[in-house]
Amino acid sequence: MSETITEEYSVTGGDFSRAGYASSQIKKILKRMDVDKAIIKRTVVAAYEGEVNIVAHAWSGKIEFQMDEEQIRIILDDEGPGIEDIEKAMQEGYSTATSAIREMGFGAGMGLPNMKKNADHMHIESEPGKGTKVEIRMERMVRE
Amino acid sequence: MTAAEMVNKLDLQVFSGEKGLDREISGGYMSDLLSDVMGNADEGQVWITLQTHKNVMAIASLKELAAVILVNGHKPDDDTAAQSNEEDIPLLGTSMSAFDITGKLYELIYK
Amino acid sequence: MKVKEIIRILDARLLCGEDQLDYTVEMAFASDLMSDVLTQNNDHVLLITGLANMQTIRTAEMSDINCIVFARNKKATPEMVELAEESDIVLIECRYSLFKTCGLLYQAGVKPIF
Repeated sequence: MSETITEEYSVTGGDFSRAGYASSQIKKILKRMDVDKAIIKRTVVAAYEGEVNIVAHAWSGKIEFQMDEEQIRIILDDEGPGIEDIEKAMQEGYSTATSAIREMGFGAGMGLPNMKKNADHMHIESEPGKGTKVEIRMERMVRE
Repeated sequence: MTAAEMVNKLDLQVFSGEKGLDREISGGYMSDLLSDVMGNADEGQVWITLQTHKNVMAIASLKELAAVILVNGHKPDDDTAAQSNEEDIPLLGTSMSAFDITGKLYELIYK
Repeated sequence: MKVKEIIRILDARLLCGEDQLDYTVEMAFASDLMSDVLTQNNDHVLLITGLANMQTIRTAEMSDINCIVFARNKKATPEMVELAEESDIVLIECRYSLFKTCGLLYQAGVKPIF
């Protein structure tokens, strides 16, 4: 079966009640397609961290999901303040989140590092004042 | 039980605030939400958290807490440790998880 | 430990998951920070938290966590219960502090992760 699945979800900055909706839809697709359980978990944890980042920091964004037999690709593309120093943002504990976001249970500076840990490949591009694009890729071949 | 006795029994690391190790412990409070600690923690309690920034010590001081324990091997930010020395409130650490250290401290206090 | 024993020990209230009273958790994880919960990679752990919002349920869904205890007398909204039911997540409300909740479950033999 050489099916390619693509989906696109829009994300609204600041709307915490809906944060996770896209990742939840992605999880449903992955389960339906019988993807390995451990890969599903790593994929959706990375996707969800990225989705929360858009809600917490950006004005709006979209999440593209693509999957074929070999790979899962998720592109999180937002219009927002961007990241001044990507290297710094990748450090555990570094955060620009407001105290309101911290009280929501996020903003401890663990999101991007955790995305990287869970993804097989991750690439970030950002333009300060414009937005950030994060691409994560997962290999469907089972590790070990 | 004093903070020093707790450090010994739970094998905690002492980052700063050594002068406050003679503080008496009345109980424990586990929380990672600063506003919650502000509202609900009581004097003399040991605060268990993974938050490492400076506001932690400001709250510990305002609430007159006996000590702060950072979990999961987290290290305090430099200004957090400095503030703990100023306030003489011990800032402690463990590689254990919050559930683990809370369970052990609960046993120490209430058995 | 079975869900029904957790409820008994904590004198707690089951919000959803009546059909899962015999679901068993071996290990627990306690945190108010969902970022922290998302870094733990064990399945089927019990999450004990004082953060009750939609993101708590979403985080559990993504992390394959099937049972949440809300401590500090935090209340789940109907919207949260609905989302939890969709994902077969057991929700329990408990009046005790996070400290006491963890202490009681630890004493009763629930293990920490790692």
